[in-house]
Amino acid sequence: MSGQEEPKKLQLYSYHRSSCSFRVRIALNLKGLDYEYKAVNLLKGEQHSPEFLKVNPIGYVPALVDGDIVLADSFAIVMYLEEKYPEHPLLPRDLEKRAINYQAANIVSASIQPLQNLDVLKYIEEKVGPDAKLPWVQKHIGKGFTALERLLKDHAGKYATGDDVFLADVFLAPQIHGSIKRFNLDMTPFPLLGRLNEAYMQLPAFKDAMPENQPDFPTAP
Amino acid sequence: MTTNDEDSPNKLQLYSFFMSSCSFRVRIALNLKGLDYEYKPINLFKNEQQSLEFLKVNPMGHVPALMDGDILLSDSYAIILYLEEKYPKHPLLPQDLAKKAINYQAANIVCSSIQPLLSLPVMNYIGENVGPEAKLSWVQKQAGKGFTALEKLLKDHAGKYATGDEIYLADVFLAPQVIGLSQRFNFDMSEFPLLSRLSEEYKYVKAIQDAMPEKQPDFPIN
Repeated sequence: MSGQEEPKKLQLYSYHRSSCSFRVRIALNLKGLDYEYKAVNLLKGEQHSPEFLKVNPIGYVPALVDGDIVLADSFAIVMYLEEKYPEHPLLPRDLEKRAINYQAANIVSASIQPLQNLDVLKYIEEKVGPDAKLPWVQKHIGKGFTALERLLKDHAGKYATGDDVFLADVFLAPQIHGSIKRFNLDMTPFPLLGRLNEAYMQLPAFKDAMPENQPDFPTAP
Repeated sequence: MTTNDEDSPNKLQLYSFFMSSCSFRVRIALNLKGLDYEYKPINLFKNEQQSLEFLKVNPMGHVPALMDGDILLSDSYAIILYLEEKYPKHPLLPQDLAKKAINYQAANIVCSSIQPLLSLPVMNYIGENVGPEAKLSWVQKQAGKGFTALEKLLKDHAGKYATGDEIYLADVFLAPQVIGLSQRFNFDMSEFPLLSRLSEEYKYVKAIQDAMPEKQPDFPIN
């Protein structure tokens, strides 16, 4: 990249391990959009810091700054990027195929991920017991993955909804990656998603977005 | 709603449950767009979404589901974005990109940060594993967090409605959430002045009122 004197136009407030941040990083990479990485440590509660709240009063991560526009919510950010920077589209032209992408993205975004976020898991650990966390997570991921297998069965090609990478893939990749790495999910019941995961591992846009490749990934053992 | 015309096979069909917040959103969107549809009730309390009959229509077993000709969709957000593109009259999104983005954010705060944590399976789990008295404090905490975020998000954008003087996507998602909470849990809205005001405003919107749970064909009469 040239022009190191020029501040980068886009800034992304992100946490390496955040599934939602991971989505936006993939989208930015797929669209070839350069951005400045601003780390917010969710484990340390940095999203509540006065510094971050000045940027984003809602305190949500990821957050994208584009000039004087600040946006949170991974879906909103991706839809905004899709319109503002139409090159390398993340949605197909066909309306039915677009709808499949919206559905897949939302199964992840509304049915799975919210039930495995830090706060929810902490609550279950404290109120039900540490042994309750994993069964809870695996149950909800399992339900969501079962739905995704059915949804995508007749539409998948090399990727989730055909032979091009689209919105569905942007949302699926972090979810599948996290389910395997963090929650030890057995992917045997989910052959399509397992195959997609393998395909994602080959793509630079995904690899570059992985938690372990982010500036805030802890390097010390 | 007009009569059921057997000669127009492409009439929209909506699989819905009167009490479902997600179904409520789609009903509002259809009403706002002036789209006629056939109401197909699926009773979530009786687990009818798992019935063989419904699974044949929608293998995922999710409600709401929309049938438009031979296209079947579930997920309220996906359905509404589909409707927005297929039937562009009475748009649910503003032209201005920044305003559009505010609508997407507000819709998702409801759709991903609040509603999933208050769904039946989650509430049942908490009731059974933590205790019935834990349910109310859970609701207040989760809804409180989401509503606090919404108050901040919409503060500089709200007009008569959530993002200006027209009803848009944000309102379609907000209305069922604020209405549902006060009805189901007697939720205290005093900390949320903007959302309280919007809630009042929604009482005068026909498209929202016609979509209310108590106006649906499957609302229990007694």
